[in-house]
Amino acid sequence: MKSFVTFVLGSMRTVFRGSPAYFAWIGLLVLLIIQGIGAYCTQATEGLIVTNMRDSVSWAFYIGNFTFLVGVAAAAVMLVIPAYIYDWKPIKEVVVFGEILAVSAVIMCLLFVVVDMGHPERFWHLMPFVGKVNFPSSLLAWDALVLNAYLGLNLVVATYIVYCAFNGKHYNPQIVVPLVIFSIPMAISIHTVTAFLYNGMASRPYWNSAILAPRFLASAFCSGPAILLILFQVLRKVTKFEIKDEALHKIAELMAYAMGFNLFLTAAEIFKEYYSDTQHLVHIQYLFGGVHGEHSPIALYGWASLLLGIFAFLLFLVPATRRNPVTMNAGALMIYASVYIEKGIALIIPGYTPDTLGQIYEYVPSITELRISAGVFGVGFLALTLMIKVAVHAMFIPHAEHAEHEGASHDTPQVAPPEAAAKPA
Amino acid sequence: MAHECHCETIDCQTPAGNEQAPSPDRREWVKGMAAVAAGLMAAGCTDQASVDAFLQKHFRELSKSELQEVLERLEKQYSEQYGKDVEVKATPAKEGVNFGYALDISRCIGCRRCVYACVGENNQSRDPQVHWITVLEMDKEHGVSLEHADAYYDGEQVPREGKFYFPVACQQCSNPPCCKVCPVNATYPDQDGIVVIDYDWCIGCRCCMSACPYGARRFNWSDPSIPSDEMNPDTEYLGNRPRPKGVVEKCTFCLQRTRQGLYPKCVEACPVGARKFGNLLDPKSEIRYILENKRVFILKEELKTMPKFYYYYGL
Repeated sequence: MKSFVTFVLGSMRTVFRGSPAYFAWIGLLVLLIIQGIGAYCTQATEGLIVTNMRDSVSWAFYIGNFTFLVGVAAAAVMLVIPAYIYDWKPIKEVVVFGEILAVSAVIMCLLFVVVDMGHPERFWHLMPFVGKVNFPSSLLAWDALVLNAYLGLNLVVATYIVYCAFNGKHYNPQIVVPLVIFSIPMAISIHTVTAFLYNGMASRPYWNSAILAPRFLASAFCSGPAILLILFQVLRKVTKFEIKDEALHKIAELMAYAMGFNLFLTAAEIFKEYYSDTQHLVHIQYLFGGVHGEHSPIALYGWASLLLGIFAFLLFLVPATRRNPVTMNAGALMIYASVYIEKGIALIIPGYTPDTLGQIYEYVPSITELRISAGVFGVGFLALTLMIKVAVHAMFIPHAEHAEHEGASHDTPQVAPPEAAAKPA
Repeated sequence: MAHECHCETIDCQTPAGNEQAPSPDRREWVKGMAAVAAGLMAAGCTDQASVDAFLQKHFRELSKSELQEVLERLEKQYSEQYGKDVEVKATPAKEGVNFGYALDISRCIGCRRCVYACVGENNQSRDPQVHWITVLEMDKEHGVSLEHADAYYDGEQVPREGKFYFPVACQQCSNPPCCKVCPVNATYPDQDGIVVIDYDWCIGCRCCMSACPYGARRFNWSDPSIPSDEMNPDTEYLGNRPRPKGVVEKCTFCLQRTRQGLYPKCVEACPVGARKFGNLLDPKSEIRYILENKRVFILKEELKTMPKFYYYYGL
């Protein structure tokens, strides 16, 4: 227990030390968060009327972001499988960084749900035993349960591994290995349950398709690794984290397969709608063009997502371009953008347009929605940065330089991390 | 006719206002939160009414005395807010009653008198405008087709050439998808078949709005505004009492009227007699006469929501 207190205090000291670039990055995130809180105060006072959501389009940008981030959280941990199979060497680090990314993403997911709620202070109605949870029939009740469980699981495992590293001990594999293995089906389940949230609604033909959950998993396996691919390169540059180029290329290759599968499923959906040519086609028409002769305000996003996905798929499919650092990073950014637009706009908005009575409400996010969302991303990136800082310090700084974990007094001088470790992402 | 409740997942048998022993977890939670609240009150951050509202239980878990306290608190709050005596009742559903509605499409002229009668009766917000009834204008050449429906037609010019009118509100499904998806059981079918909402339990997640195939549910995107002189002070907890912002509302078959034996306001307001209402379990009711003698249909029957709202062509 005492050594855990030392770890917490040591970690606190770590996050308050760093280069000017590190503090500039933290300052930027804090500013994002402050302006987000400002916008949220307006929303809390005025109501959700400050968003552009209305009865026709009753979920939109917040829930789109939530959906996207559930995918990131899931995929970050699923990357443990190839890391193990292909023996990328620093498996421990891949697990820790994956879980830290998952924790940050789930924090953002939960915040996006909270800012979307009309009565967030009634959260306790959703708590098992205390509230009145509609279990097992409500998918949102399931989602709240699995997301919180997943958050807890990843937080515990990542903290435990980093804590052991901090104390220069090897973690107990009998504790860690089963939990990491358990987190993989959990990762699949959080994204499946989120897909079922939409999928189960017979009222919305655009979502009521059996390949929605597979599409969610395929697209998540593109976007989650896209973030890790860039994160690994940054960490490799600024810390002692070692990952071979071959591992990065393998991630890009796996992303190509996932994107290929995602595009195939999307094509299957598009074929079904256009060939059968029923009234349900109207939602895809709204996404890619417009209906009743009116141009859709989201058509640009629909095409951007599809084309970015196809282009990045080709970049990652060709070995030469996925091995070239420039095209690899460009591809990762494109894949990230493609899936972000797909989940943020292309999944949600056409599902509501036209609405269940055939009426069209043209939705684009309001400034308040963008500001609050930016604030939530600020919180997520701040959590990610601080956790990575702590993990890097514990795992890559020689143990001797840590504060004495046994019998250390609080004012033991802490050896500053080398400049390299302090550089921001 | 078998019109019993078909919901499999929602416990329809629990009557409102029964005495249920709270679980130990609940007791601990309430105790803990009450302690926090006492601290906040001491610091002047909140008042007793807000604390009571925050800790209020689900409607169906309130004991008789707790329910009484809640109703009195709400009456006090609304009376102060609207400057008149507001009554909030919690009339339970009657035994042997299952309400049904029938709408004669061949008579409806699209005048929207039902819409505004409903707004007045049920204390819907005037700004922003909330309407529980949507009247759709459809083309005669296409028949009943939502693809060719317009909810925003000019109500001064009706009925228009080549058009007919198709009002839609909550269909009071026997298999309601909205209740299935609600994460906190805030909306559920009551004993008399009316799907109700506990506005004080709803968390405002809007799952029900996505699940409803009839666009019947409305969200209070801002604080509803009702002019004091137009506010209907005769209210029900699960019905037409003023709603807070951030919760979902919808048609309740005017349960504040129908549970007292009156017709819903829209039935009374309709100038052409297109709207019929009654007890499906009473063989002599008008609704049963229509089911027996007219050919009725329901909207989106393929979704198996089993509405108790029937459309027919009376002429």
